[in-house]
Amino acid sequence: MAEKDVIIGLEVHVQLNKLNSKLFCGCSTDYHDSPPNTHTCPVCLGLPGTLPVVNKRAVEYAIRVALALNCAIQGETLFYRKNYYYPDLPKAFQITQYDFPLGLGGSILIKGEDGEERRIRITRVHMEEDPGRLVHAGTIDRAKYSMVDYNRCGMALLEVVTEPDLRSPKEARSFLDKLRNILEYLDVFDGNLEGAMRIDSNISLVGGERAEVKNISSHKGVEKALAYEITRQRSARRRGVAQVQETRHYDELRGITVTIRTKEEAHDYRYFPEPDLVPMRIADWVPRVEAKLPELPDAKRERFVAEYGIADDHAKSLTSEIRVANFYEVVAERAPPRLAAAWIADVLKGELNYRDVTIERFSPDQMVVILDLIEGGKITEKGAVEVIRTILDGPGETTEADPAAIVATKGLSRVEDDAVMAAVRAAVEESSQAVADYRAGNEKAINFIVGVVMKKTRGRADPGEANRLVREALEGAGRA
Amino acid sequence: MLRMLKERLEAGASAEEEVSALFSKINKSRLNAYNVLSEEAALERAREYDRSPWGGLLAGVPIAIKSSISTKGIETNCSSRILTGYIPPYDATVIERLKEEGAIIIGKTNMDEFAMGTSTETSCFGPTKNPWDADRVPGGSSGGSAAAVAAGEAPCALGSDTGGSIRCPASFCGIVGLKPTYGLVSRYGLVSYANSLEQIGPLTLSVEDAALVLDVIAGHDPRDSTSARSEGGYFARIEGGVDGLTLGVPQEYFGEGVDPLVEKAVWDAISKLEGLGASWKKVSLPHTRYALAAYYIIAMSEASSNLARFDGLRYGLRLGADQDWHTTFSDIRAAGFGPEVKRRILLGTYALSAGYYGRYYLKALKVRTLIKQDFERALSAGGADLLVTPTMPFPAFRIGERIEDPLSLYMADVFTVPINLAGVPAISVPCGFADGLPIGLQIIGRHFDEAAVLRAAKAYEGATPYHEAVPKEVV
Repeated sequence: MAEKDVIIGLEVHVQLNKLNSKLFCGCSTDYHDSPPNTHTCPVCLGLPGTLPVVNKRAVEYAIRVALALNCAIQGETLFYRKNYYYPDLPKAFQITQYDFPLGLGGSILIKGEDGEERRIRITRVHMEEDPGRLVHAGTIDRAKYSMVDYNRCGMALLEVVTEPDLRSPKEARSFLDKLRNILEYLDVFDGNLEGAMRIDSNISLVGGERAEVKNISSHKGVEKALAYEITRQRSARRRGVAQVQETRHYDELRGITVTIRTKEEAHDYRYFPEPDLVPMRIADWVPRVEAKLPELPDAKRERFVAEYGIADDHAKSLTSEIRVANFYEVVAERAPPRLAAAWIADVLKGELNYRDVTIERFSPDQMVVILDLIEGGKITEKGAVEVIRTILDGPGETTEADPAAIVATKGLSRVEDDAVMAAVRAAVEESSQAVADYRAGNEKAINFIVGVVMKKTRGRADPGEANRLVREALEGAGRA
Repeated sequence: MLRMLKERLEAGASAEEEVSALFSKINKSRLNAYNVLSEEAALERAREYDRSPWGGLLAGVPIAIKSSISTKGIETNCSSRILTGYIPPYDATVIERLKEEGAIIIGKTNMDEFAMGTSTETSCFGPTKNPWDADRVPGGSSGGSAAAVAAGEAPCALGSDTGGSIRCPASFCGIVGLKPTYGLVSRYGLVSYANSLEQIGPLTLSVEDAALVLDVIAGHDPRDSTSARSEGGYFARIEGGVDGLTLGVPQEYFGEGVDPLVEKAVWDAISKLEGLGASWKKVSLPHTRYALAAYYIIAMSEASSNLARFDGLRYGLRLGADQDWHTTFSDIRAAGFGPEVKRRILLGTYALSAGYYGRYYLKALKVRTLIKQDFERALSAGGADLLVTPTMPFPAFRIGERIEDPLSLYMADVFTVPINLAGVPAISVPCGFADGLPIGLQIIGRHFDEAAVLRAAKAYEGATPYHEAVPKEVV
């Protein structure tokens, strides 16, 4: 729930993981399934004598994001060194932006707790390189040794920093969902890869000191950590415990945050302009990048409502993932758009979420066939859901599965009308007691007769339909 | 000299004989000019050349490389304990270019640790000795390269110059040393000391040789963002003399602190150039007195950041027992760096730290801009074409004489560091002797006008005998 005294700001590290090469060298970025330290070169390992060279496409992607977040793009931008020691940082400094970041002063629209649209301001968007990764032998505090994997080292990151405009953990999550949504639309980001988005969140209660919860890797984790922090900070205040400004770690397993350092130990990063990189004039690039910007979620949603005549909620659900939106558009070309919207937004997405799989597991062709069967009355709604589940639970190339064949093998087709009628007549004849009860005013007695119909059709009849037909038969017989 | 060696090789002399003659000289030498030799590989390469000679500007020519320039497969230790045993898996761009033009790398030369020094005394391998007087320093930090070339232990060498590190040892050892315009030669592969100041350049016995090596190593490199396009063809444009050129003589570079013998030699050189058709006039570089302070702040600041990567985790020095990572890092750094390097890291860290950045580093950058403007003004159209100064205020001093007094060593760089701050090219050529020790003449040019610098140096060299003198350690 929105709480007036909660102040939340986020720093989101976004990996531009759809680039082919790293930010300052030509190393491949496709490292996720590779053995440690196989995607490295003298430059990203920071070997003595090596020099960084900026990946122009990374800058272009960064401009794309900054524009989509409504930032003002700086005409000239500059890299700095942020100096600190850590085993995963081979140069002992990170090349990042400090003064003169790429983008300043943007915003994102989210739906607030009260259902109203809220504008969350973005302070800045800047580029930096990712460090490597430590793998501890055991837990972080008890490990005998740690290993370093530099595959991630030098990946292009964008840091998106918000103003402290968020008022609740849920709003923070909405913001992150929306940001991810926009990034995927821009085709610069795949949120499904490990470490694609890492979030530092700052939270305080009005009048209190701020805690920074570092390095959370899921949107759900951010929501939980913030909820925990609110409770912790409130209870500390109630008990009169003085709060200090500090950095905390979110322990995902225990669902709590723990302190890692207080402000007195704050680092002095000794920022200074990176002498190996000259300032970049990017003013001239911006119009070119702007011209190529794709349709963004909000615009697409409005277009879906206008173009397909679908409900706003459906449009919102369909556009919350670019791949679902594209899927929908393909289907809506060949099937009734409103029917398609309901089935994709309400049913298919639910089944995908339940199985934690992406829309790629289903093909628009399959959806079109299913909608066709529903429209033609060939299968019941229950049958259609069953077809979708069967496809998703199937092995291998599920997008190859033929819905019509599944209907046939699983006997899901709505049985012919005369077969149902025959079963209804037989059932009425056989169930004299129930018929009598019904006529005597016991409405529930009809269920027994419908049950017999279902049994006789071995469940292929639609229960609602059977109910209607039994009722008709009984009333007809009564009138006769 | 390079050109004579090339002619000998082209006429059929054996590269193997040339190279093995060098090694027998090096192995007998007591100068300590090298810290790593690549004898086997060099001889093998020479034999290959003899079997089927290849072409190229430096075909079959042996060359010595300062230990701060990365060579694939050959230890590159920067004369520091912390990098001993480090063998780079890649070649610096200049090394690639030398190899493409057929050169043979014979070894890595001794230097001040991480190029920090003016005397090659801060090397963890001990000081290199001056071939003119083994009790004296060869200058620094490319002292090994200069001593090797002066003593005939290499026909040419590469050095690097951050605040005079090519020109100073060239001056002390009586040879030619060229610091190119910042950006003319790729720094890719040069172990950084102070990125925004340093350049790789040649140390040679003649100006012609310097031009030849520059032709090989200059030119744009996509791996170095600060690298510029080069017009090249320096060797081809070396003739032409100084007739009609105006030389500027900066008043701040003469007088107090300058050895009278040095001053006299430089004035004699100016007269000589006048006799060759140049005219001269006094000019002023008013911010010269701030140059040393600005230089040391910038260089130390950058160094403190550049040298932070040496922690023993991935390469270089490793001590016995590993503890938690910060203790391990600090133990290795404490044991691996010498006192001068530690001093500069600490001062640089201080200068960049919160609260002092604006007072020191930013201020130094502003001074740097003023100094750059001084040079642009003095060398503007209608002003001087070239500037002429002493390279060093005095000849080579004795080993141990100044090492305990860092400040007096820093002062020795007073005529060389402004050139690095401004980024302009400068050469040091021999212009006489003071009590048997060489004196260097510094000729400074406009940005990317190496051609004019080399032409004037060549004209002067052609009219004087100093470059032909042979140091006594060699005789």
